[in-house]
This record gives sequence, C-alpha cells and structure tokens, in this order.
Amino acid sequence: MVYENPDGVRIGLEIHVQLNKLKTKMFCGCSSDYHDAAPNTHTCPICLGLPGALPVLNKKAVEAAIKIGLALEGEIAEETQFHRKNYFYPDLPKGFQITQYDFPIVSNGKVVIEGEDGEHVVGITRAHMEEDPGKLAHIGSIEKSKGVLIDYNRSGMPLIETVTEPDMRSPKEARRFLDKFRNILEYLDVFDGNLEGAMRVDANVSVHWGTRVEVKNISSHKGVERALLYEIMRQKNVIRRGGEVIQETRHFDEGRGVTLSMRTKEEAEDYRYFREPDLMPMHVIDWIPAIKETLPELPDAKRARFMEQYGITDMHARSLTSKIMLADFYESVCAKGVDPKLAATWTADVFLGELNYRDLAISSYDGKRIRFIHAKDPKIKNSFKVSDMVELVNLFAEGKISDRAAVEVIRTMLDTSEEKTPFQIIEEKDLFKAEDDLVTKAVAEAIAENGAAVQDYLGGMEKSLNFLVGQVMKKTQGTADAKTARELIVKKLNG
Amino acid sequence: MITKEDVEHIGWLARIDVSEQETADFMEKLNSVLEYFGQLDELPTEDVAPTYHVAEIYNVFREDIVEESLPQEVVLENTEDKQNGTFKVPKIG
Repeated sequence: MVYENPDGVRIGLEIHVQLNKLKTKMFCGCSSDYHDAAPNTHTCPICLGLPGALPVLNKKAVEAAIKIGLALEGEIAEETQFHRKNYFYPDLPKGFQITQYDFPIVSNGKVVIEGEDGEHVVGITRAHMEEDPGKLAHIGSIEKSKGVLIDYNRSGMPLIETVTEPDMRSPKEARRFLDKFRNILEYLDVFDGNLEGAMRVDANVSVHWGTRVEVKNISSHKGVERALLYEIMRQKNVIRRGGEVIQETRHFDEGRGVTLSMRTKEEAEDYRYFREPDLMPMHVIDWIPAIKETLPELPDAKRARFMEQYGITDMHARSLTSKIMLADFYESVCAKGVDPKLAATWTADVFLGELNYRDLAISSYDGKRIRFIHAKDPKIKNSFKVSDMVELVNLFAEGKISDRAAVEVIRTMLDTSEEKTPFQIIEEKDLFKAEDDLVTKAVAEAIAENGAAVQDYLGGMEKSLNFLVGQVMKKTQGTADAKTARELIVKKLNG
Repeated sequence: MITKEDVEHIGWLARIDVSEQETADFMEKLNSVLEYFGQLDELPTEDVAPTYHVAEIYNVFREDIVEESLPQEVVLENTEDKQNGTFKVPKIG
C-alpha cells in the first residue's frame, strides 16, 4: 500500500541537540554539568564573550560530530570550518554565534524510519557544529515582557544542528523520525535526551505542496506531533476559507497546543556570515577510520540481530531496540538462560507498557539494574533489576504464577520503591497460581451461580464466556490462569 | 558604494542610533575606506586561492577537560542590573 498523502503535507525538521555527554563546552573548559547549578556559575571570559577571549575547539565535539555523520550515512567534509553568524540578541553576548555555514562537517545523510507505508527514507541535508546561546527568562509573558533575565551557563554548550529534507508526510512520520534520531544519538553515547533542553526542534511545514511555514520552539519530541497537527489544520482551514498561507515564522505554545504568529519586523534576515578568524579550519577525514572502529551496533542492525539470534518478532525487536538501555537490559535477561521469546513479551509488551503508562523514561542501565525517572518530575524515580525480570519470567514459564499475577508483580515493583524480589511480592500478595482443584471448584460455582450467562453462551453469545471467566478470576482473587479457566468452563459446558 | 540607507541599516543591525549628521559622516568615511581597499581589485588574483588566515594552521583543538569557571559575583561584577544571579536587561524588540 502506498501512502497517498491526501493533503500534500511536507515536513522538514531542524533539530538542535546538545552534545551533553561531553564534559566541557564547545570552546572553553567550563563544565557542561550546569543543569542543577545556580545561574552564571559555569561561565568564563570565552562563553561570556568578553573582548579578547580566544575560543579553542573541543576535540571530542568534532569526534562526536563525525560519529553522528557516519551513523547518518552522511559525507564528512574534507575541509570544514566555522563562521560567525552575526545578530543582536542578549542570549549571545558576543553579538554573534559561532556556527558552520557553507562548509558543514556532515552532508547528504539519511535515516530510514517506519513511515506511513512501510520503510521510508528521510534525507539529511546537513549537520553542523555550533554553540548554544545563553538562556533567557522573560519577566512576565513573552509578548508583554518588561525585561529579560539571562543565565549564561548554557552559553557555549556544544550543539549539533541537523537539517532534514522536507521528506516527512505526516506529523506521525515527523515524530517517528525524531524518535529514531534520538535513539541513534543515544546509541552513539553522545547525547542524554532526558536532560532539560537537550533537544530543540523547529519544523517547516506546508500543505498541498504550497508555501511553507516555520514553527519554532518545539521543545519536546512529543510536542512535535501536536504542533504539526495544529499547524496543518490551521493551513488547511486558511485554504478552505479561500485564503492564502503566508510564509512566516510561528511560535508553538506548548501549554495551549497552538502555533502563534511571531509578528516580528518583516526585516529580511541579515546575518553577515563570515569566517571565524579565531578558529582554524579543520582537516579531519583521516580520523574517520579510527572513529568508525568505535561505532556501536546501530538500532537497525541490532533489531535484525535480535530477530535472528532470539527468534523474536519484528515488533518486539523494534520495541526492544528503541532504547539502547532497554536492548542491553533484554540481552542481560536472555543471557541468564531465560526463554528469549517470553523475555521479549514481558520486557517489550508489559514492562515497557507499564513504564510508558506511568510516564517513566529510562535513564540509565549499569548491567544489573535499569533506572527510570518521571518524564515531567525528575524527583520520581525507580529501578528494576535484571535478576527481577529473570525470576519473574521463570516463575511464569514454570506455571507457578498466572500472567495476571506477573503483571501485578511488575506494577507493584514500579509503584513502590521497596527492595523486594518478585518471589517476595508473590508470597506477600498470595499470588501463586491456585491449585487446579480450587479453579475447578470456582468454575463449578461460577456456572451454578450464573445461569443466565450460561444460557447466553450456549445460545451462541461468546461474550458471556468472558463474563464467566471473570467470575472465576474473582473467586480465585486473580490467581487462576485465565486460559485454563476458560478451557475448563468450555469443557464443562460443552460436556 | 555605500548609501545613506546602508548606513542606517548597519546601525539598526547593531542597535545603534545613528543621527542624520552621523549618517552623512559615516557614509563618507566608509566609502573612503572601501575605495582605499578597492585598489586591491586592480591586482590580478584569479589564480590565487583566498587567504582567510595569515598562518596556515589547521586542527587546533583542546582536550575535553574541565577547567574552573569564574565565580558568580565576578561574572556579575560589571553589570548595571542583576537579579538572583542573572543579568537583567531591557526587553529586546
């Protein structure tokens, strides 16, 4: 099936990611670990833009950029260098941003995503290095601001700006692209997406192959889909009313879920780019072989290997490899001799599902224990051990607990921070599978007490069977195995 | 040739108020500088690669090692207006 793109939607993204795994900033030795720090405590003459300060490039930032370029299957420039992008705004005290212009380090890459109609290639126009500006806080709302407070701790943080071709055809594809892109960066160990402000996205979007509008200030990868859905609807409405979409920049208001015209002066941008005389050009292509050696197995390769090695489905493999830490966790569980298919079901379907339901994001994995924090409130955190998953899946595989009990154990472990093993929880909650005679007894009772449901079932209403199974579960406090109960009821009723 | 509008535009980009009188003055001075450099155009440079740095140096890097930052009070020492450790500036339109 080919996706027909009925509204002629074209979406291109510009993604800024902080190379926040580096210890220092782009051009100075100030620590990059500023997230919980008081304002203006991680600055120096270089990132404050004081006259006479001389920037010197962080070698690791260049290595990270090359790594990213290779992972995106892009070309690494033979010669690359920095430019000054001049603009007057207090987030950059120098009056310019050091960035790359006509010689970006990476060009012509691609990312394959799961598109509307199967595999879909999104072209990467370029990726370049630049410095992050400082952080502004407006006093009052942005429109009625009376003044601005500036914290330069973020100023000079190493950024990679990646520009895609307008190859995405729906907000869903844009989100999938970002998920994949973020996943690749985490595999490369250059980026921690859980840190505030780690990824910022601007989107170009047009409908019916028309004028494109830029939507700025999308701060979360979840916000992208909402911002684009709104903006596409807005453009379609403009056209339906006989209007014309004008080329402009709009600001995404995350709280209200709408895009607003920025109403800035209609001055053409005039950045007067020129070569940064304080930084020397780079010849770094001879680093490529050594960096290639350090490239990890990337998501697509890992997914293929998981299917092959563990005999699991594409869907499970996709979901398990969607986070490097989850993939590693799964492999540790399998390494303990657990049935890989069962481990995949319990890790990808149940465990990951329960994490998502609770808005918990995986934050680290040390080989023994996977940790997660709440996406909105970092104070809420918890962890789950490999040994817990091993124990749980084995108990289930041995038929000692029902699937319902196993789910209950996972939920209990995520909702409490007590250090208990699944076995302890099962004992405390009395979740061991009911003995067969108990289930048989419950089945008999359920049938005897629910004559109407029995008649309905015998009359052909399959749904009534679910009701009867529910009654058995209720009588056994959920310890019966639902499948067994169902079989027993059917057997009993059909003689 | 730099026009009156060019001078005004450059002033705006730098957020500097340039008076009528200054505009005329700058126009003349900037044009004289341009004219002076214009003499270089007379040289045949078709076969010469542009020079961006006087020294032919490539690949100047530093290692990713943390160095001490400035204390907050030193950072804010020369600012006119501050608030809770931040620089306070007027709204930029």
